[in-house]
Amino acid sequence: MEPTRYPADGGTVPATEQRSELVLHLNGRAHTLTVDHRTTVLDLLREQVGLTGAKKGCDHGQCGACTVLVDGRRANSCLLLAVAQDGRRITTVEGLADGERLHPLQEAFLERDAFQCGYCTPGQLCSAAGVLAEAADGFPSHATPATADPAAPVALTAEEIRERMSGNLCRCGAYPRIIEAVADAAAHHGGTARPGGAAEHQEATP
Amino acid sequence: MRPFGYLRPAGVEEAVRAAAEAPGARFLGGGTNLVDLMKLGVETPRTLIDVSRLPLGGIEELPDGGLRIGATVRNSDLAAAAPVRERYPVLSQALLAGASGQLRNTATTGGNLLQRTRCLYFQDPTKPCNKRSPGTGCPARDGVHRDLAVLGHSAHCVATQPSDMAVALAALDAEVHLHGPDGERTVAVTDFHRLPGDRPEQDTVIRPGELLTAVRLPPAAPGARSRYRKVRDRASFAFALVSVAAVLEARDGVVERAALAFGGLAHRPWRARAAEEVLLGAPATEDTFARAADAELAAARCATTPSRSHSPATWPSACSPAWRTRPATADPTTARARRRLRPTVPDPPSPTQGREP
Amino acid sequence: MSPDPFPLGPPAYPLGAPLVRREGREKVTGTARYAAEHTPLDCAYAWPVAATVARGRVTAVDATGALALPGVCAVLTHENAPRLAATGDPALALLQDDRVPHRGWYVALAVADSLEAARAAAAAVHVSYAAEDADVLLTAGHPGLYAPETVNGGYPGTRERGDFDTAFAAAPVTLDATYTVPPLHNHPMEPHAATAHWTGGRLTVHDSSQGSSKVCEDLAALFSLDPGDITVVSEHVGGGFGSKGTPRPHVVLAAMATRHTGRPVKLSLPRREMPAAVGHRAPTVQRVRLGAGGDGVLTALAHEIATHTSTVNEFVEQAAVPARMMYTSPNSRTAHRVVPLDVPTPSWMRAPGEAPGMFALESAVDELAVLLDIDPVELRMRNEPDTEPDSDRAFSSRHLIGCLREGAERFGWRPRDPRPGVRREGDLLLGTGVAAATYPVYVAPSSAEARATADGGFRIRVNATDIGTGARTVLAQIAAAALTVPEDRVRVDIGSSDLPPAMLAGGSMGTASWGWAVHKACMALRARLRDHDGPLPAEGLTAAADTRQEAAEGSPYARHAFGATFAEVQADTVSGEVRVRRMLGVYAAGRILNSRTARSQFIGGMTMGLGMALMEGSRLDPAFGDFAERDLAAYHVPACADVPRIEAHWIDEEDPHLNPMGSKGIGEIGIVGTAAAVANALWHATGIRVRDLPLTVDKILPRLRAAREGAG
Repeated sequence: MEPTRYPADGGTVPATEQRSELVLHLNGRAHTLTVDHRTTVLDLLREQVGLTGAKKGCDHGQCGACTVLVDGRRANSCLLLAVAQDGRRITTVEGLADGERLHPLQEAFLERDAFQCGYCTPGQLCSAAGVLAEAADGFPSHATPATADPAAPVALTAEEIRERMSGNLCRCGAYPRIIEAVADAAAHHGGTARPGGAAEHQEATP
Repeated sequence: MRPFGYLRPAGVEEAVRAAAEAPGARFLGGGTNLVDLMKLGVETPRTLIDVSRLPLGGIEELPDGGLRIGATVRNSDLAAAAPVRERYPVLSQALLAGASGQLRNTATTGGNLLQRTRCLYFQDPTKPCNKRSPGTGCPARDGVHRDLAVLGHSAHCVATQPSDMAVALAALDAEVHLHGPDGERTVAVTDFHRLPGDRPEQDTVIRPGELLTAVRLPPAAPGARSRYRKVRDRASFAFALVSVAAVLEARDGVVERAALAFGGLAHRPWRARAAEEVLLGAPATEDTFARAADAELAAARCATTPSRSHSPATWPSACSPAWRTRPATADPTTARARRRLRPTVPDPPSPTQGREP
Repeated sequence: MSPDPFPLGPPAYPLGAPLVRREGREKVTGTARYAAEHTPLDCAYAWPVAATVARGRVTAVDATGALALPGVCAVLTHENAPRLAATGDPALALLQDDRVPHRGWYVALAVADSLEAARAAAAAVHVSYAAEDADVLLTAGHPGLYAPETVNGGYPGTRERGDFDTAFAAAPVTLDATYTVPPLHNHPMEPHAATAHWTGGRLTVHDSSQGSSKVCEDLAALFSLDPGDITVVSEHVGGGFGSKGTPRPHVVLAAMATRHTGRPVKLSLPRREMPAAVGHRAPTVQRVRLGAGGDGVLTALAHEIATHTSTVNEFVEQAAVPARMMYTSPNSRTAHRVVPLDVPTPSWMRAPGEAPGMFALESAVDELAVLLDIDPVELRMRNEPDTEPDSDRAFSSRHLIGCLREGAERFGWRPRDPRPGVRREGDLLLGTGVAAATYPVYVAPSSAEARATADGGFRIRVNATDIGTGARTVLAQIAAAALTVPEDRVRVDIGSSDLPPAMLAGGSMGTASWGWAVHKACMALRARLRDHDGPLPAEGLTAAADTRQEAAEGSPYARHAFGATFAEVQADTVSGEVRVRRMLGVYAAGRILNSRTARSQFIGGMTMGLGMALMEGSRLDPAFGDFAERDLAAYHVPACADVPRIEAHWIDEEDPHLNPMGSKGIGEIGIVGTAAAVANALWHATGIRVRDLPLTVDKILPRLRAAREGAG
């Protein structure tokens, strides 16, 4: 069980074996790309495809700014090697709106002022889109009561939204507004949300 | 990150064969830990063998009433699976207490069990670490180790195993299925992770080239309740300072069955046998629980003086109010008490294990 | 003559309206481009190499291996990098010599065709060092501490009024306590990044900065260029909180790399390197002594600070400064001492001075309230000064009492049982706390241009920066109000050094400084329009203004914003975990110019204060000399789940002694006082006084346990 050690020369990989061709469906469009195996989906989007909506905040899965939807589910694109995503459908913030018509989450973020610098916002939006789908599909969170029916959609209370959105850091501190915005969109999304979840945050403008 | 080859085998046998033929290969599952460590320069594989699309993604009911969880089942899917939520709530809770929604959507069952320590020295290739570079030393013992082990650590390593899921699996008496060049074998989760001893580079008993294919849960005890409790520095998205997975059954106020495991305290999920002994047959009261915890933690030791005991706050009376002014010409460094810092290590080769990320 | 475009009467477009931020749509659709999101043709990527010794010299840089890697075009070191002229910031003297002043100091830069290749190349650069002994630990008794003449903000390091020692010795009730705040990191979500490009003798840089005028000026000085040959664009900036206030290493390195290689170069700092490269809030050890009569009125107040700076630059966190103006006290000593250590250079982090200083002062006031058995809101009211204690100047406006009153009312402060440890909810203990907040009013000279265009629109040009405050929106509001035209007729250009130069976004003075210049330009334009006959010429009519004179005039008044923060916390008696249940801040900050974006800034500041209270902090590792917690997994900032109900309100404050808008800054006051309010609430919940931030489990659980066993 002696650990294998690399050959002293560092054991380089032949150049032909360092790249692969793959197909990615980006915001509904198929792209055939040749990528360095080291390239992450995030770097591919930002540096090669010109989709700079997904942000690099930490590059290590610790902040959520790079969140995209992969086959409809949210993921940190900074930790996804592009080569391993061959054939997958990837939705970035650029793909959320329907042409000029904004996604209800985008509308809600604008209306609630759910951002300041805007750098975490694309990740927040993609994450929130994932949250709406996950809750509708009955995926539990740490905030879901153990007694909840596994087959039923989860009601997105403020507490549920807070927990589910915790993988997206916002240093500007827009969290209370983000919770309201996600609750607004959830109410729009099909009644799985309790609007009251956000009501506790509503205040009148003085 | 240095260049590497990429293989996507179609089956388990092919994957295992590929690993045997490609030195310096790693299995790639969700990649949430492996890619992170490759960016840090902690992992430097020459070949990645992508096992994420192998047919290991199912959760099966077993004839004995247990469950077989494929190695590539995503953490979020496992946490949401009805049989898990209904019969093994501690497992669902542990999964949901870990990481973030995004990471749980990506991370696999196998990769979660094999994730590596969060020790800050391990993560920094410019510093010594016996786990990353055997024989270079363990600066965490005298350094920053607030989050590290108090049980079962050695002079060589005070790292902790970071998985929440593994803690629940330890309390549930789960088994790990491995498939290697020499065939298949099964290991109890409690035996799967090692204590560091003098070989901290080995997190687990997995052998070179072995692929983790599944986790088996024994039938759930019908009358037992289970729960996972995690203590952390922020309310979500943080590793455990300490956690506990508890499976308990009490009848008429007496503990009839108890399985406890701690997370965040040791190099492996810490099955608390001493605590269980105190609990069994004892009244299910707070006092019993406290005695059980004390029994288990009697062996707990801080690696050394806690780094946070360094107290900058002792205000010297001599300093105030007659503070000296800055010397106009003198080198301000002369008055300083300096200490020799540790040397940096050259980059030694990393050990290779058959490891799924 | 055309009809007067500015009819008399009340302004039709009042300041304060909750307009949606102008760049909002770009930000929610992902089309807003940040500094690293420009990729010119043939763009190369740079990756820095950080020193791995805490002090010493580089003896050799072996770049052979790195240069042999495919796609690598250069490795810059102190031996081949472009020479830089000296500027006021020695931390920008990068790759100029072999000296390593701290771990993490940049010693080389790899440049390659791709990000992947650049990262690999940086890892392959082999640097040898002659390491020297280093000292990175601040203690209050450190022999190297000295009293600096001035501290950050230009304040005197030491101030004495009356006879503190005698008054303190004579005081019937005294408190003597020491508080500590660990190193804190700004960690804006966008890492410091720049894309730099030399073309035809011109340098164009997209930089993540809080003020591109200053970046332009410094790059010109460093590279001995005419500022007119440099354009620095900071169109959208992903937060800064002080760490992007002045140029940081990334922009200088990117400019060196593009000059060296002749290609456009993009450089984004790795998150883990930011704590060493972009500044931090220096740790402080703070001794507070209060002496009071039985009525709670202070007779003696001392606030003494020990802090660190680097050997590169002297930066002194001015934590004792707020104690000079908060409360009345005839006898006062406020003093700083600093020791240069082998640590990264500290810099501004949201409310430098006020944030850590008010944690100590407001904790001490709470402790005094407990000693005196006086309600802490009441105790603060009893110590309200008539004039600024340290200067005897009149306040331009001071509504701390109003904030405390309104906050207490809205929060439901009363009735409040002052006893600690008596409100239980299962395993939880609950408590409430209050603290006051303050932040000074600054203003800096800025220039702006206002143009009436032939199509009936207006265009404002000013090099303001939007780091998330909504600068475009509020400047449009200011211009619209000054011009008395609808806001949607006003276009605002900001974020480029080609625009009229203006103050950076910092010190809570951006809006006041830019807005004043914009207002002045608009008023000049109005005058020009009044005098103009007939249709406008094709190029429109333009008026320019700068506020050098106004800013230089200063004010006979003491000008500060005030606020009061209330917090309710829960402490888990089983785990020791402390969480905030709700927070409320009430501020008096002059006229609020946009209620929507202002509320977001207040709440954002309070959220960062919550982080400072509960979880933020890093340690200098004595073994290696670097910050131990360098990434966002180890350095915890608040996550969504940590932030329950936070409300911010304000009281209407008419202050004619500020600027034409009547506004005070609001970007920083939210963080001030928050940590103390939370710590005070923890005391009320548990009876445990934690004087060293953050309020983590390890400091609380043993004392909860001891209290329980003591009681049992």
